Amino acid sequence: MQLTSNRFKQTARAKLADTDLQAALNKLQTNFVKGRADRVAELDNFEAIRDAATAIRDRALAHLDVYLAEFERNATAQGTVVHWAETTVDVNRIVCELAARYGVRKAVKSKSMVSEECALNDALEAAGIEVVETDLGEYILQLAKEPPSHIVAPVVHKTREQVSDLFEARHHRPRTTVIADLTREAREVLRPHFLSAQMGITGANFVVAETGSTLIVTNEGNGRMVTSLPRVHVAITGIEKVVPTLEDVTTLLRLLPRHGTAQTTTNYVSVTTGPRRADDSEGPEHFHVILVDAGRSRLLGGDMEAMLRCIRCGACMNHCPVYQSIGGHAYGWVYPGPMGSVLTPTYAGLENALDLPHASTLCNQCGVVCPVKIPLPDLLRKLREKQFARGLRPWSERAGLAIWGWTARHPRVYALLSAVGARLLNWLGGTDKRIRDLPGGKGWTVGRDIPAPEGKTFRALYAARRAENVRK
Amino acid sequence: MRVGLFVTCLVDLMRPRIGFAALELLESAGCEVVVPDTQTCCGQPGYNSGDRASALALARKVIAEFEACEYVVAPSGSCAGMIRTHYPDLFRDAPEDFARAQRFCAKTYELTDFLVNVAKLERVPGRYNGTATYHDSCAGLRELKIKAQPRELLAKVCGLTLIEMKEPEQCCGFGGTFSIKFGEVSSHIAERKCADIEAAGADAVVLGDLGCMLNIEGRMRRRGDMKTQVLHVAEVLVRDVTAEKERGIK
Repeated sequence: MQLTSNRFKQTARAKLADTDLQAALNKLQTNFVKGRADRVAELDNFEAIRDAATAIRDRALAHLDVYLAEFERNATAQGTVVHWAETTVDVNRIVCELAARYGVRKAVKSKSMVSEECALNDALEAAGIEVVETDLGEYILQLAKEPPSHIVAPVVHKTREQVSDLFEARHHRPRTTVIADLTREAREVLRPHFLSAQMGITGANFVVAETGSTLIVTNEGNGRMVTSLPRVHVAITGIEKVVPTLEDVTTLLRLLPRHGTAQTTTNYVSVTTGPRRADDSEGPEHFHVILVDAGRSRLLGGDMEAMLRCIRCGACMNHCPVYQSIGGHAYGWVYPGPMGSVLTPTYAGLENALDLPHASTLCNQCGVVCPVKIPLPDLLRKLREKQFARGLRPWSERAGLAIWGWTARHPRVYALLSAVGARLLNWLGGTDKRIRDLPGGKGWTVGRDIPAPEGKTFRALYAARRAENVRK
Repeated sequence: MRVGLFVTCLVDLMRPRIGFAALELLESAGCEVVVPDTQTCCGQPGYNSGDRASALALARKVIAEFEACEYVVAPSGSCAGMIRTHYPDLFRDAPEDFARAQRFCAKTYELTDFLVNVAKLERVPGRYNGTATYHDSCAGLRELKIKAQPRELLAKVCGLTLIEMKEPEQCCGFGGTFSIKFGEVSSHIAERKCADIEAAGADAVVLGDLGCMLNIEGRMRRRGDMKTQVLHVAEVLVRDVTAEKERGIK
């Protein structure tokens, strides 16, 4: 996917003014934020499950090499072919080679964020293969030629009316704004694609070491068709998604749907273990799993490792005041919100996403709701430290910090400057004590007044009071 | 009880009366209050901007200034949170002083937390003839679990009725330098907070952090609300601020 994270500020500004988007984002808060709280409240041992889930993810990461090797061994024994992709370019190459080998002309896809990292659709289309997204949200985005703006609800930025317009224009059918009718229309259009595609491409929410299985959670049923109807099934996922046992997965599944879509469980939990066997009634003839690194192994053993625990529920973005204000597109890559602000600079390069680690109030609502306890604000702060250490911040910011740091360590100078500042700002506030516009302070005054200071510093008043008491 | 008052840089510069309110509250709780005159900043701006070295230097300065006190109290969840929850992380760079920093953290408190849980303040002098709603500032709430303490104290203020707003725990959008770097997004978040405060219909919004206070008040006035008071919990606990409400904010 094209990386536009360094245009964060401009895009964010435009998104604030987009009234359709703002309406759509409001709904996200009611549906997902309140919904998650309700689903979590149903669990009387929620914190214990959360601790267990965190421990499972940590255990998998601590012995990643062992579990990945175990997965490969068990998957291979079931007839699955396991591929290792060091980069996203490798992923696209492997999928295109498989398509060529099996004579694939059309591929149907279930939702996969890793394939978005790879821009896989573009690569397949360049190789002359038709690609059809079958997750309703992703299908809408494919028609609209837009990237997803949320990892679970990719089309959350669009209103129903916008989808109606799009379907009318692209399907050439009478316009409808009834959601059930829109869904039926998409199903009717998609059905022939499921039946005619030679390749089905999915992601995987988890891969299970002990059974060599891949697992996806879906709600629409398209995942089942993508994994069972075409001759070839290719599952693409990150190496960090491995989990030791099926029992471990059941623990994680108690949290993932509750945090992601405010459901106790998703409509479908599909476990795929090997291609079709002789006595199976359905399933693909060939099953390939591509395990993708693309930057993940660099995090192992380092100060960002906790990020690899992520199970992609989206709770952090749903609860983020910044995401709630601007949606996902401004973040400029595959993953938005707090988890994206960590992943984008980490996977795509610190210098390619300079604003993202700073685009957070560090309110820690994300850390509080994360089902696997990723300390997102701490990770964002570490990225800020890395930027600072590499001199990637603007000179004005570095100079400001240097002046602040020096002054705060020199109390006399500090006292003098703050006394002058308090006076000056008080004067600028005038009779109604509000500063509406401050040269050099536009960042603040663009949307707020500065309540003027009282005029004297605490330090000065306290010293005067002490002197007075002494005189008495 | 010898208590060091960490005034905080924003109270020092913008709202000295809040510093004096905190001082008065601590004294009325029977504390001997010391106010080191060389104090400046807890180091948070540097820490959150990636400048660990400056933050560590300031953390050392704070510890040296206040170490002799039995307790350290700040009228801010954000600054107290910086000391209590982040100094240990900073001192990973200076392991020789790590234990010392940890001891210091353990005796540092946010004002309302200290008044309720350590000083066990029974009565407060404040009076308020009106309704108030409390905004839970992020650092105080999520780093120090400040939630019940200010409400418990406000319940002691004669005449004050507390009304809860819709989402008191939702961030106001301040976020330190975030408020300047991403001014429009920050204001947008503040607008939502102001709308929730307005919907609650209280005479005043009360809170425990200067950053949030300036942000909310600044947005409130910009959107044309000249009526709702924006007050620090310390001043409500100490004074009668009703008259200021009736006089109106110009």
